[in-house]
Amino acid sequence: MSADIAATRRYFVPRPSPYPALMSFSIMLLAIGLGLAVNGYPAGRWFTGIGLLSILFALVRWIGNVIAESQGGFYHHWEDRSFRLGMIWFIISEVVLFATLFGVLFYEREVSLPWLASLDAHFTPWPHFAGAWPSAGPAGKSFSTVNPWGIPAINTLLLVSSGATVTRAHYWLRRDHRAALVFWLGLTIALGAIFLVLQAHEFYEAYTELGLTLGSGVYGATFFALTGLHGFHVTVGVVMLSALLVRIFRGHFDARHHFAFEAVSWYWHFVDVVWLLLFVFVYWL
Amino acid sequence: MSSAITDFGHHDAHGEPRGLLRWLTTTNHKDIGILYMLFGLTMFLLGGFFAELIRGQLIHPANHLLTPELYNQVITLHGLVMVFGALMPVTAGFANYLVPLMIGAPDMALPRLNNWGFWLLPPAAIVLVLPFVLKLIGIGNGPVDTGWTMYAPLSVQGGPGVDFAIFAIFLLGASSLMASINIVVTIFNLRAPGMTLMQMPLFVWSWLMTSFLLIAVFPALIAGSAMLLADRHFGTHFFSAAGGGDPVLWEHLFWFFGHPEVYILLFPTAGIMSHILPTFARKPVFGYRAQVYSYWAIAALSVVVWAHHMFTSGMPVAGQLYFMYSTMLISVPLGVLFFCWMGTIWQGALSFETPMLFALGYIVLFGIGGLTGLVLADAVADQQYHNSFFLVAHFHYALFGGPIMGVIAGVYYWLPKMTGRMYSERLGKWHFWLTMIGFNITFMSQFFLGVAGMPRRIPDYALQFAPLNMVSSLGAFLLGASQLLLVYNIARAAAGYGKPATNEVWDGAQGLEFTLPSPPPHHTFEEQPVVT
Repeated sequence: MSADIAATRRYFVPRPSPYPALMSFSIMLLAIGLGLAVNGYPAGRWFTGIGLLSILFALVRWIGNVIAESQGGFYHHWEDRSFRLGMIWFIISEVVLFATLFGVLFYEREVSLPWLASLDAHFTPWPHFAGAWPSAGPAGKSFSTVNPWGIPAINTLLLVSSGATVTRAHYWLRRDHRAALVFWLGLTIALGAIFLVLQAHEFYEAYTELGLTLGSGVYGATFFALTGLHGFHVTVGVVMLSALLVRIFRGHFDARHHFAFEAVSWYWHFVDVVWLLLFVFVYWL
Repeated sequence: MSSAITDFGHHDAHGEPRGLLRWLTTTNHKDIGILYMLFGLTMFLLGGFFAELIRGQLIHPANHLLTPELYNQVITLHGLVMVFGALMPVTAGFANYLVPLMIGAPDMALPRLNNWGFWLLPPAAIVLVLPFVLKLIGIGNGPVDTGWTMYAPLSVQGGPGVDFAIFAIFLLGASSLMASINIVVTIFNLRAPGMTLMQMPLFVWSWLMTSFLLIAVFPALIAGSAMLLADRHFGTHFFSAAGGGDPVLWEHLFWFFGHPEVYILLFPTAGIMSHILPTFARKPVFGYRAQVYSYWAIAALSVVVWAHHMFTSGMPVAGQLYFMYSTMLISVPLGVLFFCWMGTIWQGALSFETPMLFALGYIVLFGIGGLTGLVLADAVADQQYHNSFFLVAHFHYALFGGPIMGVIAGVYYWLPKMTGRMYSERLGKWHFWLTMIGFNITFMSQFFLGVAGMPRRIPDYALQFAPLNMVSSLGAFLLGASQLLLVYNIARAAAGYGKPATNEVWDGAQGLEFTLPSPPPHHTFEEQPVVT
């Protein structure tokens, strides 16, 4: 192919940065620490602690650099498009992560439990196992499930409303109406925080009153895997929304340049949709 | 605006950091590409060392070179190190170095993320082999010893080595996902003006598909590994029938990742083929569109055929039939690729420099790997061949004969571009022929061992298998030793010895990377070329 040089546009390539590599080696410490800790070696706690602290340090400095570059006017339309595409593909990888766990849920319900229940009674240690969902498995202790129309229904309302409020906040951001922006964003954070408190209460009740634990067979394991991973995502979302609020108080963003806000709101909507699927397939059906 | 770039981070405002710090902090795609490739080469040598240990143990029956425990650890690490440590990083290194040059981009789209993606790899490798060291101070029983597939329930019961392998997989997964996202964004957003998707060089296309696959399947392995960790330590029953779970579920999760992984390793080298063959056949690439569509077809099929690795796990007949036919269907687009490679060299004015030799070796060896794969894809035949050395021989033809031959071809093809120096053609040819002879001696004999019934993954065997095992081991020593020629050729060029390379390197080589000096300057295409 023929090519001639066009002096058109310049892409911002950041200077060398120590934080990504620092982050990597901190994560290594964390991994080694956890590997030791889960096997009962107390030294693991030190590695884990130092790893977590240095991850936090690297993360804050790295994001600080990005914010400074953003405020310094180094990002234009071209760079902005890279960030958008990057966030979209990150969320796609998260979709696969949750899809895998939903796949696990359906596999347990439709394949592994019916198969365990259909074994020849002469050749199975559990001839009376019926395999009905929800199940703690043939050797598991019985438990009760969480009533979907209690806390889970309230949580659904909270998260769906928070999706609406964050969109409202974006609406006012695009009109540069700071007071309304702060109000709606603050409301979103509050809804997310209440969700987390209720979710924690639900987990506490599951353990203390319902007998539903991580050890409650496939149902307990999958229940806590899905809702726990989702809860972790909500926590990350609330932290990121709060960081946005701090940046807004400092006068960051304007009606046209606010990629960080949009990225977090995409993430928040994604977490919202995952919850709806959780409510239907984990709590309700 | 470039004049106004202010200084962020801890370094000298007037110059780039030097020495180790330069490599730790770099945001330059060429630096990071070189890091990836050097890391891949190091892991290739480590994985090769493990392979030689395996063949050393199997050289004659009742051998005591390795204890059975150590043997299991070595075969597991050989697999993990070669797949995750050698092949994936080295192809990612090619992508980092070459994709921006091929599409006329100033760098990768997300340079700091690029740095992070690479620097997660050495920690992952350390975490994986650390249990060797921990064992010395009385912690655990050494590294993971379950086979690289880490099947439950063995992996649920294994020692702390399994946990370290799980954490290594988390790090590797994060690294692969970030690299993939970066490559997709770079290809979509940073192409030179005028370069449409269907004008991209095929190596760029091949890495776009690789990235799609990584994003589509690696999260499944991460989720599965987290479940395995929970089963081991947090009382869950995902893979235990007592709690209603199923050990076969692990196999599904692993192979949902593991089968596309084969194409993740293969695609980049299939792309490399379509650069090397036209250059040395002095003809344009044959069937560009057909190759792109084949990539798509292979990628789409690869995520729906995983359970052909599990024909002997007790699947219902309907499942076996489905996975058999869908697997065989992949040979259609793969056959199209082979046809296009043949079409490219057909009636060309061929010359046989080292990259071309390795490319032709790739077609032959990977062809054998593919055809023996058809035998294993037959659900009935697989009952006989599964878990035998036939399978070992098959996937070494598919993974060494394919990706590793392709990577070596790419190394010889672009090494003069990257270092500015030609390698020694004489040693390159020696490297090729010794590799070809050593490889076929090693693995052809394993086909016969497998058909005769020798099971894989055991440190000892019946006397009847002794002669062919001796042959295979001697072939493996030759194969391993001849790779030192590759190391020497790379080191020689990198140290600045050898004939200087021209910009074009090869007569008639196509692509934007060959419009640049050899080696290219630190920053390239800060002003983008317009492609017409």
